[in-house]
Amino acid sequence: MTTTKPTLLLVGYGMVGHRFLEALAEAGAAARYRVVVLAEEPRPAYDRVGLTSYFSGRSADDLLLAEEGFTDRHGFEVHLSSPAVSLDPAARTVTTAAGRTLSYDTLVLATGSYPFVPPVDGRDAEGCFVYRTIEDLQAIEAYAAGARVGAVVGGGLLGLEAAGALKGLGLETHVVEFAPRLMPVQVDEAGGAALRRTIESMGVVVHTGIGTKAITVADGRAVGMSFTDDSELATDLVVFSAGVRPRDQLAREAGLAVGERGGIAIDEHCRTSDPHVFAIGECALAVDGRVYGLVAPGYEMAVSVARQLAEQAVQPFTGADLSTKLKLLGVDVASFGDAFGSTPGSLDVVYSDSRSGVYKKLVVTAEGALLGGILVGDASAYATLRPLTGTGRPLPVPAESLVLPAGADTAVSLGGSALPDDAVVCSCNNVTKGTIRAAVTDHQCTTVPEVKKCTRAGTNCGSCVKLLGTIVADELEASGVEVDRGLCPCFAHTRAELYEIVLVKRISTHRRLLAEHGRAPEGSEGCEVCKPTVASIIASLAPVLEASGHILDGEQGALQDTNDHFLANLQKNGSYSVVPRIPGGEITPDKLIVIGEVAKEFGLYTKITGGQRIDLFGASVDQLPMIWSRLVAAGFESGHAYGKSLRTVKSCVGSTWCRYGVQDSVAMAIQLELRYRGLRSPHKLKSAVSGCARECAEARGKDFGVIATTNGWNLYVGGNGGATPRHADLLAQDLDDEQLVRLIDRFLMFYIRTADRLERTSTWLERIEGGLDHVREVVVEDSLGIADELEALMARHIGDYQDEWAATLADPDRMRRFVSFVNAPGVPDPSIRFVPERDQVKPDLVLLATEEQLLAALDPDNAPFPAARILEEAR
Amino acid sequence: MTATATATRVELLSAAGWSPVCDWDLLVPGRGVAVLLPDGRQAAVFRDGSDRLYAVDNRDPFTGAYVLSRGLLGSTSDGRVYVASPLLKQRFDLATGECLDDEGVRIAVHAARSV
Ligand SMILES: Cc1cc2nc3c(=O)[nH]c(=O)nc-3n(C[C@H](O)[C@H](O)[C@H](O)COP(=O)(O)OP(=O)(O)OC[C@H]3O[C@@H](n4cnc5c(N)ncnc54)[C@H](O)[C@@H]3O)c2cc1C
Ligand code: SF4
Repeated sequence: MTTTKPTLLLVGYGMVGHRFLEALAEAGAAARYRVVVLAEEPRPAYDRVGLTSYFSGRSADDLLLAEEGFTDRHGFEVHLSSPAVSLDPAARTVTTAAGRTLSYDTLVLATGSYPFVPPVDGRDAEGCFVYRTIEDLQAIEAYAAGARVGAVVGGGLLGLEAAGALKGLGLETHVVEFAPRLMPVQVDEAGGAALRRTIESMGVVVHTGIGTKAITVADGRAVGMSFTDDSELATDLVVFSAGVRPRDQLAREAGLAVGERGGIAIDEHCRTSDPHVFAIGECALAVDGRVYGLVAPGYEMAVSVARQLAEQAVQPFTGADLSTKLKLLGVDVASFGDAFGSTPGSLDVVYSDSRSGVYKKLVVTAEGALLGGILVGDASAYATLRPLTGTGRPLPVPAESLVLPAGADTAVSLGGSALPDDAVVCSCNNVTKGTIRAAVTDHQCTTVPEVKKCTRAGTNCGSCVKLLGTIVADELEASGVEVDRGLCPCFAHTRAELYEIVLVKRISTHRRLLAEHGRAPEGSEGCEVCKPTVASIIASLAPVLEASGHILDGEQGALQDTNDHFLANLQKNGSYSVVPRIPGGEITPDKLIVIGEVAKEFGLYTKITGGQRIDLFGASVDQLPMIWSRLVAAGFESGHAYGKSLRTVKSCVGSTWCRYGVQDSVAMAIQLELRYRGLRSPHKLKSAVSGCARECAEARGKDFGVIATTNGWNLYVGGNGGATPRHADLLAQDLDDEQLVRLIDRFLMFYIRTADRLERTSTWLERIEGGLDHVREVVVEDSLGIADELEALMARHIGDYQDEWAATLADPDRMRRFVSFVNAPGVPDPSIRFVPERDQVKPDLVLLATEEQLLAALDPDNAPFPAARILEEAR
Repeated sequence: MTATATATRVELLSAAGWSPVCDWDLLVPGRGVAVLLPDGRQAAVFRDGSDRLYAVDNRDPFTGAYVLSRGLLGSTSDGRVYVASPLLKQRFDLATGECLDDEGVRIAVHAARSV
């Protein structure tokens, strides 16, 4: 009975509170307790670490940590907007702001911290903000709309993040830091200087070494600030980011032990001075006398308490690594281990290039063991260097070779093989290299996603994913698992590599590619995998290769899957379906009538597709040309439903009719569909355009989705529906028509060039190194210098486009294949027959059950066409 | 392409003896065509990249559909030439009729020649 279960009360549902609930479920203890959660905020736990991404398009919903149904599935009772206001440890009760009193057997406090606002005059004026919750960001966003200048008090990690956000909101941005340099906790003077130079070059004004005296207020609004050096600054908006303080009020007032400078005192098992109460996360004061303001130590505490409640053995929590790697205003900054060289006898190895804003310092012992370091501007070595820190063993290569820029003669970058087994690779989830190796050797994981799932490594900040990849690959190789990246038995190359080969060597046939670059024995046919893949590569490069663009010509005709071969979609009984293009889903009544007439005349089953068009099922091979000559005459063209190519660009009705619409989504959808029609790609491509943020066209479930804003268009990429749904990520915002089209051109061509066979944009985006950031750099910022080339390729595709069906009908050579039987043209296939269902037809599968069934149906008495006689006549 | 008097023809052996299929030139290397036999059965006839000729049943035993002629040809690393069903992609050895993905399944092989 549920009432006999002990009650476990969690106060505070932030990042650490959520990790605690997860860990409780993972430890199998969720059902042992009645779990009640009191949350102050109006929504369940969200990714506070990623809070700033709210400004780059991640909505409040996207930031939520729990997958849908998480709390229900485990029977957790969550009360949102219900802060606890008092605690009575003797009675073991907690009272909420609404006056409700709850009893508990065990209490877990995970109340986090609050932003510290220095006690300066005017700090409560309108226009003063802090930076901690989604509501804070929404308020800043709204206020910034009417502001010109913004200032951030505090030049630490959070302050710089807030400054980046203000800059992104279009404000003239100032950062005011009391210490003589930026990020005083993480970086040294030279590192701070490198950071400052880069940030200033982006137009953020940095003031260091001065304190804020007061906020100047007029009419209740902030209008400026005055400083300890008597200088002043006019500003419309102020964000305080001067550190955080633990939220220990509940515990303090209840008489639990708290630290002198705040924080709920806990022992090494996270127990407070009351044995029934635990405290975890940013509100807790650990035994080493520190309050940890990072998420990883909080997670460690959460897991520890959950395991104790599940009666499992745990490690004591005595302290944690404060290493961090961040991207602030686009600058990489990492700090790890003894970053300031405070260990007696430690030595520095420094590389500094103020032109490129790169500063790297490694702190080592006299014997060459790594103690810590600081990386500014290029933190790519962080993932391997951090786990090597503090191991006491000398580095495998001279430290100086590790700080040189890549490309320098003696520069070295370490892979996973340099790490000992006890090195922590993922510090967010405390996963060692040994655990990762075991995932491969003992748990049969063979891919990085599998290892991530099995070990949780790389699932938080992601900074270790690349390193994870090298460890997994090494381990697979060592355990004898051949990691064959080849496309198929015939080619040792991936699809992307073959694309480059075809492009560079101008190879226009599969046969030549196989002979020159294949691994199959001479005279090989190739196979059903490489033939269509190579055909698709050649088709998308046809204009450059000066090969025929039509997919039924020459050797191309022999490489295509049956769908491409007959320009229609094969269905289970051997018949085909036909989908004419209906760009943007817009169709005239006259065209609708033609589709109806054709379907009726040929006895086709009709169904509306998810992509806003009409699918006609049940055509035999010999009917296809007749059907299409009717459709082409009425102005239809191929919808490419059969190809790995652009399917549809769905649209909502947009500003023309909808009272909410802010742009003409239908016109844009039609423009995009006509632009990219017929484009052959590694997998099908879907798109949609919505006329406003209500998103009726579901554009974020598409490979490329466009959503209207009052200023233009936002472009999202990498979305997917189907079995593995994924919301598309924002690539760029507020684009005009021309910018939008240019970015899509580049994005699609870059995808076509680099994706694997049958890899949708969603998996591609998650697989490729650097992920979305890398794609944005290449597509938006042109970091590889290939944007012109990508655009030119697309321009040639568009210039060369022809309707495949119209071209086929016009060419007797191509038409010859559309017969059911080569020895009896005009004779329909007797195995394709239908039975009625819901006033339409469906395949007669009984006929296909055995050969005898078909032959019996062909008996002269009941068959419409005795085969032998027809063959006789055909001759 | 028009058939000339000298063009070779492809023929297939069935219960009714050798019957003509089509001109050799009509066969595209790596692809197949479907043939209706006098008793109502169907055969799939293929020409591979080395100009060898094969004929097997057109019926795909996994789905019952008469579609094997529309599959793509391939060869294994030890040189066995096969057709992959266009529906669920099972592969059938064109010389023996054996299914390469399911030992227990086999399709009939027909004799074919070009004359
Ligand atoms: C912008 C930003 C960027 C950051 N970046 C990083 C980073 O890059 N790396 C990193 O490691 N950390 C980062 N952090 C810090 C990280 O977010 C925190 O360490 C983490 O959120 C701590 O988790 P927590 O659960 O202890 O506290 P929180 O996530 O703050 O959760 C505490 C919750 O308890 C609620 N609460 C408080 N009192 C009560 C009460 N009486 N009753 C009910 N509910 C209550 C609060 O409303 C809150 O929802 C960042 C923080 C911010 C704001
Ligand atoms: S997305 Fe906006 S414009 Fe389009 S139909 Fe919905 S509400 Fe209207």
